[in-house]
Amino acid sequence: MISLKFPVSEEEVRTLKVGDEVSLNGIMVLGRDNAHAWMYEEKPDEIRNLLKGTVIYHCGPVVKKVDDEWIFVAAGPTTSIREEPYQGDVLKEYDLRAVIGKGGMGDKTLAALKEHGAVYLHAIGGTAALLAKAVVKVHDVLKLEEFGIPEAMWVIEVKDFPTVVTMDSHGQSLHQVIKGKSNIVADKLISG
Amino acid sequence: MKFEIDEKKLHNAVVELIRRASTQLPADVISAMEKGRDSEEPGSPAQSVLKLMLENAQMAREDETPICQDTGTNIYYVTVPVGVSLRKVEKVIVEATKTATEKAYLRPNMVDSITGRNTGDNSGVMSPLIHFEEWDEPKINMQLALKGGGSENVSAQYKLPDNKLKAGRNLDGVYKCVIDAVNKAQGLGCAPGIIGLGIGGDRAIGMLIAKKQIFRNIDDTNPDSEMAKLEEKLYKDLNILGIGPMGFGGNTTVLGVKVGAAHRLPASFFVSIAYMCWADRHATLNYSSEEVSYD
Repeated sequence: MISLKFPVSEEEVRTLKVGDEVSLNGIMVLGRDNAHAWMYEEKPDEIRNLLKGTVIYHCGPVVKKVDDEWIFVAAGPTTSIREEPYQGDVLKEYDLRAVIGKGGMGDKTLAALKEHGAVYLHAIGGTAALLAKAVVKVHDVLKLEEFGIPEAMWVIEVKDFPTVVTMDSHGQSLHQVIKGKSNIVADKLISG
Repeated sequence: MKFEIDEKKLHNAVVELIRRASTQLPADVISAMEKGRDSEEPGSPAQSVLKLMLENAQMAREDETPICQDTGTNIYYVTVPVGVSLRKVEKVIVEATKTATEKAYLRPNMVDSITGRNTGDNSGVMSPLIHFEEWDEPKINMQLALKGGGSENVSAQYKLPDNKLKAGRNLDGVYKCVIDAVNKAQGLGCAPGIIGLGIGGDRAIGMLIAKKQIFRNIDDTNPDSEMAKLEEKLYKDLNILGIGPMGFGGNTTVLGVKVGAAHRLPASFFVSIAYMCWADRHATLNYSSEEVSYD
């Protein structure tokens, strides 16, 4: 298991390969559909320092407020492919080094990972209780009123957050490999 | 004897039903996943993913927190005694849903499709979604499934014949559609999935039948022998696609295939595929003046 603490350098991220199990520590920022559209269309400046060298996590959590403090109750990944139109540009615009989500992403993001030096880290879909336990503190939340709880940009600190590299900065994608193989089997089954 | 509803008692019972559905993975799903875990190569990503999923399910049960943060569309199938006010039951379910959202058993999920605003309490037009039926028993039977967006997005509907798949208007054609849909889904629906298949109906009925299959026990056998054969064949063949848990590769692509059918028009032959994620959250409440029980 490789341990990674955000923010990270481009060199560090370039050493990662598809299949590596990576345990994450430090600050991550949550963002899904509304956040990506906002970053892509309006390019807000106030989040530049926050995002530089760090990671965006595709997640809409279940949260609870206890004594004025936010607690993460459930926080697994959401499907990443919805951010495909934005992700590559957002990655470069905000100098991100990683994306966390589930299901993998497409060619445009894969090319951006290679060009910019970043990785796609896969978290296990549905393991929300387990992943929420890795959240040690909620530092801040942006756009809560406008986007609502699942879509807001939560700034959290994590410890030992488990992921697997499924798309790396060398053009490799586990998702492409698996799909290529299963397509052959499916074609055979369908053509009888 | 007239069946009376104690609204407060029913409210509390529905909140408990939601808590159970959201935080406790049913025993048949767990044992199907354990079977999957043991069939995967030791040390493979597929096996470690299944281990983490099982660990998560146990943690959620112990901590009474949602298994998955996407607590999904809340789908109810409610059977009531003769004479019960459906509006009253509906009102209780909506209020219980709001309470369960406050308690963080549910994420505030419902967004106005026109303005984009989240209602904050899971209420909304057709939310929660409730199907009512009537029976002669002096009790209410309430089934609840929580179906997340990832699995709903890879659910699919085909119309036979399908030229591209060379799928005709028969069970062989149906088979081809399911292989195609699950292959296209890859890991996106949070594999290993449970496949609810609805054959026939109109578009809405087909999907209703498909989604109803999610409530069946994974280990049951379809009483219709043709459908039982189809379930078995699909289960076997879908698991050789090699997609595996979360699409990481492996032998465990689906945990079960459940088939239902409805009559159709001569002109229409729909194949409706409801993909349910491994976090196949559902629970049942039995409610009467003497009894409140869950299974």
